[in-house]
Amino acid sequence: MFDDFKPEDVAWIILFLPLLAAAGIALFTKRDGKFSAQISITAVALTFLVSCGLFLMFKDAKLVPTTPLNWLNIGDLKVEIGLRLDPLSLLMLLVVTGVGTMIHIYSFGYMKEDRCMGRYFGSLSLFMFSMLGIVLSNNLVMTFIFWELVGVSSYLLIGFWYEKPSAADACKKAFITNRLGDFGFILGIILVWATLGSVSFDELQQRLLKAPEAWSGVAAIAGLLIFCGAMGKSAMFPLHVWLPDAMEGPTPVSALIHAATMVAAGVYMLCRVFFLFGAHTVWPEFLSFLNGWSALDIISWIGGFTALIAALMAVQQNDIKRILAYSTLSQLGYMVMAVGLTGPTAAMYHLTTHAFFKALLFLGAGSVIYACHHEQDIWHMGGLKKKMPVTFWTFLLGTLALCGVPPLSGFYSKDAVLATASEHSVFLFIIAALVALLTTFYMSRLVLVTFFGANRSDHADHAHESPKVMAWPLVILTVPTVLAGFWGIDLFLGRQLAPEAVAHHGNFLETMFAPFGHAPLAALVGLGATIFGFSLAYGIYANAEKDPLPEKLGFLSRAMRDRFYFDEIYSGLIAITHEAVSRLANWFDRWIIAGLGVRGLHGSTEIVGRALRLVQTGNLQTYAFLFVAGLVLVLLFALK
Amino acid sequence: MHLTPVGLEHFLIVSAALFCLGAFGVIMRRNLIVMYMSLELMLNAANLALVAFSRFNNNLNGQVMVFFIITVAAAEVAVGLALIVALYRKRQTAHVEDLASMKL
Repeated sequence: MFDDFKPEDVAWIILFLPLLAAAGIALFTKRDGKFSAQISITAVALTFLVSCGLFLMFKDAKLVPTTPLNWLNIGDLKVEIGLRLDPLSLLMLLVVTGVGTMIHIYSFGYMKEDRCMGRYFGSLSLFMFSMLGIVLSNNLVMTFIFWELVGVSSYLLIGFWYEKPSAADACKKAFITNRLGDFGFILGIILVWATLGSVSFDELQQRLLKAPEAWSGVAAIAGLLIFCGAMGKSAMFPLHVWLPDAMEGPTPVSALIHAATMVAAGVYMLCRVFFLFGAHTVWPEFLSFLNGWSALDIISWIGGFTALIAALMAVQQNDIKRILAYSTLSQLGYMVMAVGLTGPTAAMYHLTTHAFFKALLFLGAGSVIYACHHEQDIWHMGGLKKKMPVTFWTFLLGTLALCGVPPLSGFYSKDAVLATASEHSVFLFIIAALVALLTTFYMSRLVLVTFFGANRSDHADHAHESPKVMAWPLVILTVPTVLAGFWGIDLFLGRQLAPEAVAHHGNFLETMFAPFGHAPLAALVGLGATIFGFSLAYGIYANAEKDPLPEKLGFLSRAMRDRFYFDEIYSGLIAITHEAVSRLANWFDRWIIAGLGVRGLHGSTEIVGRALRLVQTGNLQTYAFLFVAGLVLVLLFALK
Repeated sequence: MHLTPVGLEHFLIVSAALFCLGAFGVIMRRNLIVMYMSLELMLNAANLALVAFSRFNNNLNGQVMVFFIITVAAAEVAVGLALIVALYRKRQTAHVEDLASMKL
């Protein structure tokens, strides 16, 4: 069996180590929280090491062939469980396992006092397994399976404190909203398979090259359906409502799943199947009003719109985690917009850097929450700079990266997105610049209110720095947060995603100033937005005792705080449609099925039975009479 | 006075009349013994019909059958009367209204 062993088959270890850990914890060691945590952390650290090894081994390869397992053959449908190693998945592997390792370690400190620590780490390992499955998958069906698994583990982790009603509601909401998107995703997969006859990425790419005509008729619809899946996982408008509520989970979970990895899966998947969107778009008859738009246009607009509304919502939130959640939404909108503007390289670049600094920010927020005894309202904090220096400095670096301050990583990736936008659509470029401004504004507000000024509550007064096991991951995560802009991630990805557009920057200094060289407008606008946003926030929030914006903006501020009433609109819509349908179903069930069917049958049987019982008198002569009468009847009938 | 010769119909009519009387007795009389006698009457009505058929068909099958019936009836009377006596001893009655225990 091991005769034809190839080094790339090591990748299977990456996939199955977390599964082994999850199974081991679930079956044997769940009771012992500490031991379970050690198992889980060891597994994820090993996966990270193996990923690093693979990355070093194959970083120059375009596509590493691996041996797939044949899993399912139904007629023409051939589904493999196979691994795909190319620059895209190798990079994503590093991000997922790297950030994952840090967050596992951090969780060890954060969850120390929780008596369900075993369950927590088991779910975390299950999540790692599912996420790595998506990253490594080489076909759409396998992606879909792991896609759902990610949904399940996210459900488990959001609802980790299930005794809190809000957490229980949030995990249901997340799962159901995701299912809505996944329904479109599987329709898209079926459409792809029906048109092109394969679900494997490799095969699809080849068939598309050979016969692009067959695809162009359905390309737009299939593309949008697949995008539905990404819309659910990456929380794009109109399915964005679950992500802020998902913050009910433990903070490390928010950092890992709802900031760095799972929500990025949508963007990753879009980049993975980006070649499907390339074809010339023809809309079918009933959608002819969309002529002149391609699927990618629609995707980019949805992304841009999400980025804008999420940034606006973030401006008036007071919960530290919710601000970061809306910020995540907004940045995901950025990435999706970049994909829609035919810039998957920029999207993946931003995804990578965002994973680092957003995980850092969430872990920092977790550290603050931990120090303030689970106080999450930023207006009850304040002055934490002196009490928690490590958290403060790392959080500040994360914030600067998110705002796009050079030379931190966020600047370069955001600039890549802005540059893509400026090349393709002026309007989206303006939106993107506006979002950059808002991002700086709400992040500066967050930092100014939380860490500066006076202590506004006892909790903040008694806050102290988090333990080392929580502080070190923060420090380590600052490294990629600061430096990821110089690692040539865009070049590395560009080899696969946009081979014609690879430019070499040369040495360090050139890399540093490259954005100003090839897209000066984007870089300058981005920088300007950052500076303007910061000065605005400083003017309003430096030493502010309470938020002055609600008074100034009035209704607009309330709308932003109440998330533009999307939840209310949705529950109204659900009340109209879903409730009406369920009322009808209830009526049908109560009166037709239960009433006419079950009770009718039972009633008529009983009435007939009661009538027949009257005949059974027990009197011999009645029987004799009936017998004779019957005989007479039969004779009459027979002799006629 | 012209007498029609006695034919099969006459026998059968008598047999049917006897049978109906028997059936009527079984249905209407309340006493078990009388019901039992009526039952015998019905049997004998059948016997009469069989004998008549035998005679008019010129073969003995019917009469052989009748012997069997008489034999079986004798045995049945023995069993039946014994049952009635046993019932009477137990319940102190031979009226069917009092013996409605077949009803659940």
